Amino acid sequence: MPEEIRNEVMERQERSHEGKGKGRHGHHRHGKPQDSVKPGSLKYVWRSVSHNKGAVIGMILLALIVVLCLLSPIICRYGYAEMNIQDWYQTPNPNHLLGTDQMGRDLLSRVLYGARYTLIIGITATAMSAVLGILLGAVAGYFGGFVDSCVMRFLDLFQAFPTLVLAMAFCAVFGTGVDKCILALGITGIPGFARLMRANILRIANMEYIEAAKTINCPTWKTILKHIIPNSISPVIVEIAMTISRNGLTSSSLSFLGLGVQAPKPEWGAMLSEARSYIRDYPHMVIVPGIFIVITVLSFNLIGDAFRDALDPTLKD
Amino acid sequence: MVKYVIKRLLIMIPLLLAVGIIMFTLMNFVPGDPAQLALGSGVHTQEEIELKREAMGLNRPFVVRLTEYIGNIFLHFDFGKSLTSGTEIKYELMSRFPYTFYIAVFSILLTIVVGLPLGIYTAVHANSLGDKASLFITLLFDCMPSFWTALLLVLLFSLNLRWLPSSGASTWKHFVLPVIANSLGGLAGFTRQVRASMLEVIRSDYITTARSKGLKEHAVVYNHALPNALIPILTVIGMRFGSMLGGATIVEVVFSIPGIGQYLVNAISGRDYNACTGGIIFIAFTFSVIMLLTDLLYAWVDPRIKAQYAGASKRKKVAANA
Repeated sequence: MPEEIRNEVMERQERSHEGKGKGRHGHHRHGKPQDSVKPGSLKYVWRSVSHNKGAVIGMILLALIVVLCLLSPIICRYGYAEMNIQDWYQTPNPNHLLGTDQMGRDLLSRVLYGARYTLIIGITATAMSAVLGILLGAVAGYFGGFVDSCVMRFLDLFQAFPTLVLAMAFCAVFGTGVDKCILALGITGIPGFARLMRANILRIANMEYIEAAKTINCPTWKTILKHIIPNSISPVIVEIAMTISRNGLTSSSLSFLGLGVQAPKPEWGAMLSEARSYIRDYPHMVIVPGIFIVITVLSFNLIGDAFRDALDPTLKD
Repeated sequence: MVKYVIKRLLIMIPLLLAVGIIMFTLMNFVPGDPAQLALGSGVHTQEEIELKREAMGLNRPFVVRLTEYIGNIFLHFDFGKSLTSGTEIKYELMSRFPYTFYIAVFSILLTIVVGLPLGIYTAVHANSLGDKASLFITLLFDCMPSFWTALLLVLLFSLNLRWLPSSGASTWKHFVLPVIANSLGGLAGFTRQVRASMLEVIRSDYITTARSKGLKEHAVVYNHALPNALIPILTVIGMRFGSMLGGATIVEVVFSIPGIGQYLVNAISGRDYNACTGGIIFIAFTFSVIMLLTDLLYAWVDPRIKAQYAGASKRKKVAANA
């Protein structure tokens, strides 16, 4: 069916994305010669990822952001909501390393504190869509037939909307705030995981070890949880990293539009939305939060790419 | 092929109906009284609100209202009236749609014009310096939120260089920055997808065959590799176009362009649920139509799908002859 072909095409392209890192060539150099390590084993994946320059950069950037974010109450001399009207609109200087905003709040403190919104929303929403999507996809793929078509028709509904508009629609229904933003993004992300998982299951369902499990009267739920999901999880790992990075972008976009996290909170998108009015005279207020968004999204992207290279099923044989 | 088109069209109808029903139902459970919103700000007595509810037909059962709403949309293309301004949502959407559409069309054109040659070049010269530079830049653009790109473009081209206006939608100049901002992220992803698709084809056996029979590299790339690499790219273009239609929301807000996205954002912030439901359903319709066209185009270009549908009747004929 054409939609399936479309999904398959997209998936294949996503998988053979290869270019960004070293891709296949990189693999042969790092992974293959040491034949004692089996492709697909944890050790192999780790070796491949840790030899990937992009992934190392990504992990360092991410670790840096997480550490700075956690230590922000200690590092920062000013509270993220602390206003000093006499210090407003300062450009970066030794006192305020990244300058201050229209209310004299220290941008460094705000940006570092704001990291937790992007990270929490990105990760929690992704976890939510991953768990629900995987279950839905696994059920659809495993049972097939009527259940499958019900689930797929349900997912088709989601595909009738552009991602951002779907997220906006959920924001309109749920309202604003961190929890609601997570809910909106979490639901929006379900179809991606479900489709991916279903395609995987269909690939695996006919394998002999599933047949073996059925023969020894293994309960259905156990077959799904113990045999099918662990064997089809590797593309999902890649999808998780990519979804976190995408959610980071979407959540900041929603906050920028005033539909996600609301303005006094130092969410990066919300900060940019506020700073927009001062772009003419104080461009640093616009530039600083944006750079942090890019770094965070970039780090997850790089890590996801490295995992994609390491887990690519076409490389396993 | 005709059979396939009909089948696809028939699938569309329940899908759109379901979209309408779900949006209306969801919006119905949103807290807040539409009657109170329609009356505007200020203090209203309970009787006034009750009268307004009666006048708006809000006291009727949910199913009746739902049927009426869906019926109006599908039979008369009528989305009802805005709660806050009282204008017909249909006219509002129709007058705003061209802006959103232009932005999406020019964005996808820019994406194709830049992304396609760049993707082909980087695939043909894989691992060259140009390839690496392009990969780095596209990766970076891919991670930039479009509203930030838009703000940076405004900073550089309207405030510092004063070449282009920073808001409004009256002349073509007003559309330059929005289109660039809207396409940069997608452009980066598109370039990489073209590259991946092209690389896959270049490594296939028939390309080796073409080379081994002594064809010029130019002919190999443009006559043998490119047409095959383009088939999956068509789908990608369709999907990108759809997401640019949605993504236009952000540049519309940044550049104050009176498009559908801006209308939607205003409706959501103003709790104008009628306008909100109408806008979202309208976008979903447009998006679905674009996806439909993409699928049809794909089926038309890709011989595998044609064969799937031609296959059935031919097989029957063969069976009959035998």
